[in-house]
Amino acid sequence: MSRLLMCPPDYYGIEYEINPWMRVSNQSNGDRARTQWQALTQILEKEIGAKLEFLEPVPGLPDLVFTANAGVLHDGKFVPSRFRHPERQREERHFIDWFTKKGYEIINLDATIYFEGAGDLLGFPKFWIGGYRQRSDIRAYEELSKISHKEILPVELVDQRFYHLDTCFCPLSGGELLYYPPAFDAYAQTVVASRIEQNKRFVVPPSEGERFACNAVCIDRHVVLPTGCPNTIEWLAKHDYIPHPVELDEFLKAGGSAKCLTLALD
Amino acid sequence: MDTQTVTLHGHIIDSLILAKVLDTIVMLGGTFTLSEVTIGSKREDLSHSTIHIKAPTIELLQDILTAIQPHGAVVQAEQDCMVTPSPADGILPENFYATSHLATQIRWKGKWIDVSHPEMDLTIVVKTTPLSAHMIPMGSVKLGDLIVTGREGIRVFPLERPIERDVFGFMETQVSSERPHRHIIADVAKRMKNIRQHRQEDNASAKVLFAGGPAIIHAGGREALTWIIEEGYIHVLFCGNALAAHDMEASLYGTSLGYNLGIGRSVPHGHEHHLRTINRVRALGSIAKAVESGVIKEGIMAACIRQEVQMVLAGTIRDDGPLPDVITDAIEAQEVMRTVIPGVELALLVASTLHAVATGNLLPASTPTVCVDINPAVPTKLSDRGSFQAVGLVMDSSSFLRELARELGWKG
Repeated sequence: MSRLLMCPPDYYGIEYEINPWMRVSNQSNGDRARTQWQALTQILEKEIGAKLEFLEPVPGLPDLVFTANAGVLHDGKFVPSRFRHPERQREERHFIDWFTKKGYEIINLDATIYFEGAGDLLGFPKFWIGGYRQRSDIRAYEELSKISHKEILPVELVDQRFYHLDTCFCPLSGGELLYYPPAFDAYAQTVVASRIEQNKRFVVPPSEGERFACNAVCIDRHVVLPTGCPNTIEWLAKHDYIPHPVELDEFLKAGGSAKCLTLALD
Repeated sequence: MDTQTVTLHGHIIDSLILAKVLDTIVMLGGTFTLSEVTIGSKREDLSHSTIHIKAPTIELLQDILTAIQPHGAVVQAEQDCMVTPSPADGILPENFYATSHLATQIRWKGKWIDVSHPEMDLTIVVKTTPLSAHMIPMGSVKLGDLIVTGREGIRVFPLERPIERDVFGFMETQVSSERPHRHIIADVAKRMKNIRQHRQEDNASAKVLFAGGPAIIHAGGREALTWIIEEGYIHVLFCGNALAAHDMEASLYGTSLGYNLGIGRSVPHGHEHHLRTINRVRALGSIAKAVESGVIKEGIMAACIRQEVQMVLAGTIRDDGPLPDVITDAIEAQEVMRTVIPGVELALLVASTLHAVATGNLLPASTPTVCVDINPAVPTKLSDRGSFQAVGLVMDSSSFLRELARELGWKG
């Protein structure tokens, strides 16, 4: 059974602007946000059978809801994020406390390196891909390779709207990939094309890329993704995946969707 | 030209990060050399590379560094070089830096400065007013001279391929008598023609250095070498007592070490000829006077005097006489040889182990050098002693000189 970490959106809101999606003037609706978040937990628990664990929300930390950015987990070790923006740096100790209490070994990266967790590091079974330039530093991946003994291929993110790798890149359980190539530089696009066969790559159309079609949660053959992505849903269905569209527009106002709201614990 | 070394670590090959960094350097107008690339043997292994970046201006270098740092390029931490005053005349401080004959810079108060006159096996002295750094031999050090010690704040530049695409461009020291000689000699001749043309047209200070041994005379290369000098192709001559003595012996007696060069036989009392020659020149006071007075009418020495070739004759313990021009103090001879090296753009080391190795030791690695000897051990020894830039040619010196002269237009 898959285990995921989530954080209720009790204190979620647009309180600052650290990506192009965020506008303090375009405030989220608290009730709608809670309803959408609960709908997501329902799908994950009831329809997919995932086990959810919850982090205590903290007043004044609106983005704590995006647990994907807590850090990365590997083999009982937790490498906490070091956020680039001071607004989110305050979240770090809450994530560290939670993982410490759960018995994980905490491994800190060099204090001069920014790294934003599973938001920027995503894995296929044989290799991992690390996004850099927008939030995480490329140097994080050298250290993470040493910790995990995994090959990590850094890819440069070039569009500020797709500031984390998980906003434009989603590995699926069968080795396929959903991605939005314009978010990457030419070298990164070449690297992705060299590692994943063409018939396994789905290039999401711009209208769906901008709705964060790639910010999807894949558990076995289930894929939870935001609504409004018909082409992606069609492709997933054709490739024997079960798509679960869920309305998450309130979180898109902060530049996040299904994947950002969860952290896989297994 | 400004330079900076950076390192790059991680999964830099398959991710194309190394390619991206190198492309960026070139796109922005810089150049690079990769001094070290270690590629992991398994997918999860990390790779490493060290990149030396060059840019025409400090501003452009800074732009390049700014552009590549986000891709993981780490500027190597730089420190100033350390200096220690020498404890006495001719004595270096412990841990002194021993030089190579490659272009070298030291970092002084945050700035990289060139060390003048690259030469192997010397040390670096720093003068503070005005700021300069020079390579100097141990024996020339004075009490209190600031000598560079340790290895921090010193960088040595690998040899760049010359622009000319000729035999020197390959910088290979492979020595074999089986290799065809013709194209090497043609390339040497081409360089000599170019240097002479520059001197004539632009009054340039470029020089061709010739270091040779007496076998040139015995083997029959004298006529060709004399022609080459008379035509203005050689500007510096390094040799010993013997080459000069036998050359002038040939002029006075037609013999070399008593052998008649025409008929190839020893002649009665021929072994005395070189002594009588040396005595004659000693009586006149110098080789120049012997030529100017008309006593020595032709040959290598006469050609050198007439063409105002800078000659340095260095003595050895087996010398007869010696000739009055011979410098018998080895360290003094070395010092004089050193003073004429600047400007040498081609060095020919022919038929002399002693002078080939001695000259090789004094030359910067950037000087195209060819070493000709019938004994393959000589070019090998030269290369083993660090003159890796020398092209070795295993052949008889006479054949070499005659073929070279013909390439230059000799009709003999």
